[in-house]
Amino acid sequence: MTATLEAAAPVTEDEAPQPKRSLWPFKTAPVRVFAPVAVFVLVIAAWAASSHLLVPEASRFLLPSPEEVVAQGLLDPTARTEILTALWSTVQVALVGLVLAIVLGVLFAVVMSQTRWAEYSLYPYAVVLQTIPILAVVPLFGFWFGYEFGSRVIVCVMVSLFPVITNTLFGLKSVAPAEHDLFTLHGANRFQRLWKLQLPAALPAMISGFKISGGQAVIGSIVADFFFRQGEPGIGRMIDVYRQRLATEELLTALLLSSLVGLCLFWAFDLLAGRIDRMHGKR
Amino acid sequence: MSIDPALAFSGVSLTFDNGTRALADVDLQVRPGEFVSLVGPSGCGKSTMLRLAAGFETATAGTVDVATGHLGYVFQEATLLPWRTVARNVELPAELDGVPKRERREAARDAVERVGLAGFEDHRPAQLSGGMRMRASIARALTMKPELFLFDEPFGALDEITRQRLNSEVGNLFVRDGFAGVFVTHSVPESVFMSTRVVILNGQPGRVAADIPVPFAFPRDPELRYTAEFAAIASEVSAALRGAKLEAHA
Repeated sequence: MTATLEAAAPVTEDEAPQPKRSLWPFKTAPVRVFAPVAVFVLVIAAWAASSHLLVPEASRFLLPSPEEVVAQGLLDPTARTEILTALWSTVQVALVGLVLAIVLGVLFAVVMSQTRWAEYSLYPYAVVLQTIPILAVVPLFGFWFGYEFGSRVIVCVMVSLFPVITNTLFGLKSVAPAEHDLFTLHGANRFQRLWKLQLPAALPAMISGFKISGGQAVIGSIVADFFFRQGEPGIGRMIDVYRQRLATEELLTALLLSSLVGLCLFWAFDLLAGRIDRMHGKR
Repeated sequence: MSIDPALAFSGVSLTFDNGTRALADVDLQVRPGEFVSLVGPSGCGKSTMLRLAAGFETATAGTVDVATGHLGYVFQEATLLPWRTVARNVELPAELDGVPKRERREAARDAVERVGLAGFEDHRPAQLSGGMRMRASIARALTMKPELFLFDEPFGALDEITRQRLNSEVGNLFVRDGFAGVFVTHSVPESVFMSTRVVILNGQPGRVAADIPVPFAFPRDPELRYTAEFAAIASEVSAALRGAKLEAHA
């Protein structure tokens, strides 16, 4: 009994717990919001100034000013519908491709983390995904798989797979040796070790990979559409159309909106990363 | 009367794959009710002995006999999974063993209470101080109802006050449960305060250089550290260590 009493001695100040961390993610909002907004304003101002001051009136179409881009690209109903419809097609392809890349990439990384020979035999080819000139492969996919949705998705998967594989694998292998010892001590099987130790430990690294892949998937979707020119038109094809028409306003609108999609994906993963970091007691 | 040892090293040698010889012909027996501290210079194989006892390493020669399946192991770091709460960390061993949820929850709550962490069950490790994390780590080992309790230099990173308090609390657990304890440390006072025997290892590869009994009764008062009898044994351990160091450098 004495043992219990002594052992249960109350925790005193020198051992006091650290204060509970706030779950509110925007504590540093002023800097985190205003700094990028300020940069945005500066860039727009520089763009407007260049357009008005450097480019002669006659060749203004080469660099239309921001307000013209907004007026003709976004406020004009015909152009807006055209661009947003194309954007939606591009986004659909990119999202399906990204989800597939995440599923396949995590699967590959898990397999590679489990056996050394799997890692040795597969990893070089994962690297090839990154080094292969995508522009050369896209027409081949067209020959093999047709020119529509499916092929565009395959291109997306191909360009966004590597960051998922490499980051997940890194995360799975980053588990501290003592934590592996703990699981060994308690006779954990392979699945328990993976599910209760390696995957949770790998989550932050995995999300970093997803962040990169999100932007890649959007680019992949546009590149594929630019080449295939069949099925529902996406941003890739519209970019080409606007180029031929010298419709720089629409071209710039399409470009900015597709970047925004990539940015939104990045933000979504960043929010997720924040949640996971708080779950891990960081931040 | 002799009780069967909970842990027995007989002629144990260990050479790592890279050729490093960690231990050479080590004999050591630890019986239930004995608390043995292992001290020695860095690299003498103290921690390696615990790793052998826990089955993390396999001896290249000799035998390591562990007489019980109830093995508690406290790592150098608290080794808590950061995404799990204190309670979920403490119940991990039972969870890996397939114990039903209610049963393991209850066992975890008892263990958390016994190390004085009641009320902190839902905290995550990052919200705790170093001392509290180590308590949680001890609680996790307690859920194994250890008959052989291995401590791998667990309090080295803690401040002196927290360390002394945890020394007393582990002593109390020892009194209550009567397990066989093996405690690796660099600290001479800590080794004397904790143990019924201090074993000094030396050399590279390590072997047992001295085995010094510590006769003080349990539970031990923290003030014991400032008595002449304590100082005498501490100085004997120190002398043996110095001998060990000289030999290691010879």
